[in-house]
Amino acid sequence: MKASIENILRKYQHDSTRLMDILLDIQDELGYIPEAYVPHIAELLGLSDADVEQTLSFYHFFSTRPTGKYRIYLNNSVVAYMMGRSEVAAAFEEALGIKFGQVTPDGRVGLFETSCIGMNDQEPAAIINNVIFPCLTPFRVREIVRDIKENKPVEEMINYQYGEGQNASEMVRSMVSNNIRKVGPVLDPHYKVGEALKKVISMSPEEVIEEIKKSNIRGRGGAGFPTGLKWEFCRKAHGEKKYIFCNADEGEPGTFKDRVILTELPRLLLEGMIIAGYAVGATEGILYVRYEYRYLKKYLEEILENARKKNYLGKSILGKEGFDFDIRIQFGAGAYVCGEESALIESAEGKRGEPRDRPPFPVEKGYLGMPTVVNNVETFCSVVKIILNGGEWYKSFGTEQSTGTKLLSISGDCRYPGVYEVAWGFSVNDILDMVGASKNQVQAVQVGGPSGSLIEPDEFNRILGYEDLSTGGSLIIFGHHRDLIREVVLNFTNFFIDESCGSCSTCRIVPVLLRNKIEKILNARGVEKDLDEMLEWAKLLKASRCGLGQTAGNPVVTSIKNFRHLYERMIQKNKEYDAGFDLQAAIRDGAEATGRIPIV
Amino acid sequence: MAEIVRVYIDGKECLAQNGEYLLQAARENGIYIPTLCHYEGVKPKGSCRICTCKVNGRLMTACTTPIAEGMVVENNTAEINEMRKAIIELFFVEGNHFCPTCEKSGDCELQALAYKYQITAPRYPFLFPTKRVVAEYSRIIIDHNRCVLCKRCVRAIKDAEGRSFFAYRRRGQHIEVILDKRMSEQMDYEKALEAEKVCPVGAIMARRIAFTTPVGHRKYDKKPIGSDVEKIK
Ligand SMILES: Cc1cc2nc3c(=O)[nH]c(=O)nc-3n(C[C@H](O)[C@H](O)[C@H](O)COP(=O)(O)O)c2cc1C
Ligand code: SF4
Ligand code: SF4
Ligand code: FES
Repeated sequence: MKASIENILRKYQHDSTRLMDILLDIQDELGYIPEAYVPHIAELLGLSDADVEQTLSFYHFFSTRPTGKYRIYLNNSVVAYMMGRSEVAAAFEEALGIKFGQVTPDGRVGLFETSCIGMNDQEPAAIINNVIFPCLTPFRVREIVRDIKENKPVEEMINYQYGEGQNASEMVRSMVSNNIRKVGPVLDPHYKVGEALKKVISMSPEEVIEEIKKSNIRGRGGAGFPTGLKWEFCRKAHGEKKYIFCNADEGEPGTFKDRVILTELPRLLLEGMIIAGYAVGATEGILYVRYEYRYLKKYLEEILENARKKNYLGKSILGKEGFDFDIRIQFGAGAYVCGEESALIESAEGKRGEPRDRPPFPVEKGYLGMPTVVNNVETFCSVVKIILNGGEWYKSFGTEQSTGTKLLSISGDCRYPGVYEVAWGFSVNDILDMVGASKNQVQAVQVGGPSGSLIEPDEFNRILGYEDLSTGGSLIIFGHHRDLIREVVLNFTNFFIDESCGSCSTCRIVPVLLRNKIEKILNARGVEKDLDEMLEWAKLLKASRCGLGQTAGNPVVTSIKNFRHLYERMIQKNKEYDAGFDLQAAIRDGAEATGRIPIV
Repeated sequence: MAEIVRVYIDGKECLAQNGEYLLQAARENGIYIPTLCHYEGVKPKGSCRICTCKVNGRLMTACTTPIAEGMVVENNTAEINEMRKAIIELFFVEGNHFCPTCEKSGDCELQALAYKYQITAPRYPFLFPTKRVVAEYSRIIIDHNRCVLCKRCVRAIKDAEGRSFFAYRRRGQHIEVILDKRMSEQMDYEKALEAEKVCPVGAIMARRIAFTTPVGHRKYDKKPIGSDVEKIK
């Protein structure tokens, strides 16, 4: 045991800020991280045992108990359920003879749930030992379990076709499909690697930033901060070293477009990061990829290696004296909140993914206290096209306030789920036509994932853009046959409960209270007052530190606003108060045990 | 010398050093902003959210927000006070707080805040969580029923090398404070008392000693929380 830990620690030069990588390596090797290792890891890194434990216990893919030789993580997102997850889950439980959260008695197979894994266009999907199994059916589950019982390596359990494009390549070999349905300037497959970079090194860093500013591009990760301005702040900030982070955490349920870029256009993304490095004067880039996309690890590492060989990375890039830049990949370990930029940085420093208090912002004090730019995958890719074609050209797409194009991840009740690149300014109606969802069958659309809004048909003429429906690009379509409160609002609220970092009182507690209220209503014990209370209580969330807590009430709030009639249908009309529980049932056991009959 | 800037708190012009936290600036000007997770001299971590103010129209925590020239702050307004009261109530339903049996009663900041905001019963249903009382350490007892997850112990109680005795385990509603097992063996009596003092509630209690100050003579028995700040004027 000691020898293997020491090897791993040596690989990371006993650097405590690399704790995530160290734990990931141990977990990869053993399938879990034995508690007995903790003191040893702590000692070699100069940390306390509790320091190691607090990182370790934060991320849901780390486990301190054996999780089996085969570790099955079945997605529990809304769309997974819509596509038959319940039957698939039952099939797993039946074939394995265990429940979720358990490991088979022989210790070989573990069955777990996990939040959205970025496969909404091919649900239900599971991750088994880092391999993605999309489009599961009960039949397919029984095949998988049979293979497991025969001790087949997971890589050989891929008994049907690989996905299209790079999914089928030597380094990926994945069953995941891209489902690229509409291509625009960013997804343009005719992209020539390095062209933009060659252009950039003939410009001054200030000119690069100027061009980006001219394009008016705003961040594609959801918050929509102007990219040029962010780079300028970072360029002007003082620091011995500067860093460029690419946020490929993609954890918002319903979003999967970054997965497609990582698969098909990783070089475009890297080029964008290198350009950012040049513009702000950074020497190191970190590509933070969510754990769920670990099946792309070898592939991405090889691409980085090739980029170094071609001198796109390394010293004096493309012969430009003094232009040094390299990139490393940082994997997460399961925590949606790590997509928040300061939590992302904390996590890359080997810590818990707790967002920081701001100010200071990452551009002033980010990774290791140094000025840091954090941008979304798509933002970096768009930047390359802006450099190639100019800011003016970019502005020819989209609207006045929302320039350029946006990659949308569309899933749910429609004929063609997948990734669409459209110019900003598309209406929801246009989108429904585009994806083959007939409007009279659509009950609601969730725009922007759980943190966005659930909108109703009367609002389908609204447009996507920072001026109206601002979105990181996820749209989930719900047909009339869906029970919006039970299947959607409850699921999303539970998602926020599971994924809160727990730091803020409001974000830790209010969603639990809301969830209990929704359940009360679903149990037919709700009254009118419950709805008003939910709206009132949700307001408190606005006092939370980060976007997760601030938006955690949105599923409840937007559904009550737009679909109040669905709640009204379930609540008791001529009753003002209901405690929400059955007193008789609550005291039954006690009454029986004592042999006393209550007078109530 | 640091630059002096002007900020407006509830319309009152206040002078303070640029870059200072809003909480400090307010206190120096005799304005009380309630806090729970804040601990004098320790790096802030805005986690209780009680010090939330409206700064230039946006909700911000006073303990973590540096002031800047011309900042307009809403602090003692009906809206903000109502929000603070609601947040304090959240703590009461999240944990299990039986003040009459708690050694910290009268010295407890949460209890004192509840009095200050005239809370009789929380508006939320109690969650009645099952929490542990951990008595496995030689110097202290941790009663998780009372912990408000302010992280003060984690941030303040350190050894000579700057390592924290305490840490967080897990996340979200399952988050829990832990004491490092091995370091707990080196924890001396003074450290234990220090930890007890740092804890705003009765979640950390030093062993061997209890009820040194009789009820009725404790910190908040005579004067409400915040009165030390408000009287400066
Ligand atoms: C809870 C939470 C999760 C987030 N997840 C992501 C994410 O997965 N990817 C992303 O690019 N941005 C995410 N963001 C936004 C980031 O904080 C940040 O604004 C973004 O990465 C900046 O890049 P951009 O300006 O290019 O959009 C998240 C924010 C919050 C509050
Ligand atoms: S809002 Fe929620 S996720 Fe964000 S810092 Fe606070 S507790 Fe953590
Ligand atoms: S034990 Fe006390 S000091 Fe530590 S987090 Fe809990 S309430 Fe705060
Ligand atoms: S005192 Fe400021 S957030 Fe707790």
